[in-house]
Amino acid sequence: MKFQDLSAVIDVLDAAYDEGIHTFMCTTHDRVGEIVDYMRTKPERYAEQIFYPGMPYAHKYANAMTEDGMVGAIKRFLPDGGLLDAAFKGGMSVAKKDIEGITTLLIDAEMKMFQGLPTPVIFLQNVVVDLLLGLGFKDAFRIFADHVRKKYNAEPGFITMNLPSLLEVLKEVGVENPVVCSNINKVGFRMSGGGVAAYEKALNEYEFQAIAMSVFASGAIPPREAIEWVCKLPNLKSIVFGASSRANIHSTKILVDEYWVD
Amino acid sequence: MIRIGMVGLGKMGLSHYSMVNAHPDVEVVAVCDSSAYLLGLLNRYTGVETFNDMSKMLAQSKLDAVIISTPSVLHAQMVKTALDAGVNVFCEKPFSLDPSTSRDLTELARSKKLVTQVGYHYRFVGAFKEVKRLLDSGAIGKVSHILAEAYGPVVLKPKGSTWRSKKSEGGGSLYDYAAHPIDLVNWYLGVPSEVRGTILGQVFSKETDDEVFSTMVWPDQTTAQLSVSWSDPSQRKMSTKITVFGSNGRITADRQECQTFLTDATAAPEGYIEGWNVRYTTDLTDEVYFYVRGEEYSAQLDAFVKRIEGGEVEGQNSFGSATGADEVLAMMVADANRDYTGIAAGSAPQADRGLFRRRTRS
Repeated sequence: MKFQDLSAVIDVLDAAYDEGIHTFMCTTHDRVGEIVDYMRTKPERYAEQIFYPGMPYAHKYANAMTEDGMVGAIKRFLPDGGLLDAAFKGGMSVAKKDIEGITTLLIDAEMKMFQGLPTPVIFLQNVVVDLLLGLGFKDAFRIFADHVRKKYNAEPGFITMNLPSLLEVLKEVGVENPVVCSNINKVGFRMSGGGVAAYEKALNEYEFQAIAMSVFASGAIPPREAIEWVCKLPNLKSIVFGASSRANIHSTKILVDEYWVD
Repeated sequence: MIRIGMVGLGKMGLSHYSMVNAHPDVEVVAVCDSSAYLLGLLNRYTGVETFNDMSKMLAQSKLDAVIISTPSVLHAQMVKTALDAGVNVFCEKPFSLDPSTSRDLTELARSKKLVTQVGYHYRFVGAFKEVKRLLDSGAIGKVSHILAEAYGPVVLKPKGSTWRSKKSEGGGSLYDYAAHPIDLVNWYLGVPSEVRGTILGQVFSKETDDEVFSTMVWPDQTTAQLSVSWSDPSQRKMSTKITVFGSNGRITADRQECQTFLTDATAAPEGYIEGWNVRYTTDLTDEVYFYVRGEEYSAQLDAFVKRIEGGEVEGQNSFGSATGADEVLAMMVADANRDYTGIAAGSAPQADRGLFRRRTRS
């Protein structure tokens, strides 16, 4: 409830910024757009601020699919619905460029709110990544990676709950040195595809930039124990954590500074 | 390898497809849908065989099982076609819109010794499983009442163009949302003998219901109240909550945790103490082979696959159990049309005329 008020979110971001945490990993929810707009008005205050957008804001699409069906939902979020009307009418052959076109338009629509601000990594959210991974829609990862590299000069990022199998597929389709964010925690919480042992093996064997999330396993691991464990892992690039107050940002930052060895 | 065919590729169908395709013992060899564009896309990018006719798919693809995720009104006929072809069936909920059809299909599947399952995934959520374990152990004593709630943001404006907005196709919050808490209550207490005071309310929809409120009654006077809305803008996604009141305590469970208050912990499972007990989802959830949108979705498909491998005809959420939910849904539809005018304000009924007398105004 606290975050209903935009200023409460800004306060937390300010606290993180002042602790030296200048990267904000966020969704593309409309409210994030409001935060971004606010920061844009104070370029001096947020001179070092960078954003890692994660798209799409999946509930928006899921709810739209319930209301309008899959094709209707995609059309709703495309800048120009008319473009696709012909393609969606059955009988028309499916050209690969159609799909590339749709995908890149959807990406551009989601990225609009970050215009003019640094977004060095652009993530595809786990619901979409893992859905595509399960379906075997491997080329989608390549299309996404190529587009964010070319158009936004950004690194493609992938959030997943199935790290080992995603890394194998990214390698197969030639997405090189991707940023991959997944749950990495001492108790193996939501680390699908083999748990801690398989994830440690993946960190050692694949060339990728690993970001650990859910290091506290939704509160199941005491903070010090969680951070100490995760900081010892090989080849970890960074840790993303959720925070709701200045106090917990400060205490987490102190723990990371204590255990993190570059 | 279990060879599976997908029938219907909407929101649920695609996510089932993704999860079951990732299962180490499964190969999705064919898909069937009415959208030529979608089929073309899947065929081109994944190589899967595609059909726009289920019977053709069954005839050509040598399937062990199908997963049916079509609009609810189509379930019964498609399930029958699949059973007649001798394949095991996973069907989305609700099973069918007519309990007598549900019973017939249950019998047909049993006679053919086929594995059946309906997508009541909440029975695979750790916290709701814990409620079942607590009730089976008698931890909270004699249950007097359950409050079963589900809220979510599906219909927040007065339009919508899919089958979900049409009652005739099995849309509406009763079949889409209320079916889940009803199925959980059935799991905990069995099928009620009566329902009373059902309101199928409208907030935005013209052709169907957005809210369901009802009271379920069991022969021993245990009751449950159902409170459901899919037009709740405060929720980010569907949230379901169960509260059970008993003579020795109370249990409250949602997807995140199971909280239990016990007056006396003697009958409770090991580790439970007098007073408040909290079990979090992290402790109650087993790891799954592949994760897309919640462990319970992967877990229910894994259960289906394992039952096929083991030839276990009876199991969690089989057609027989899902028929119970269809029976309650039908009771609620009938009750919502029942004439309650006799007990309107200012015209309190006389005791000897009964609670549900027909309207016979002079």
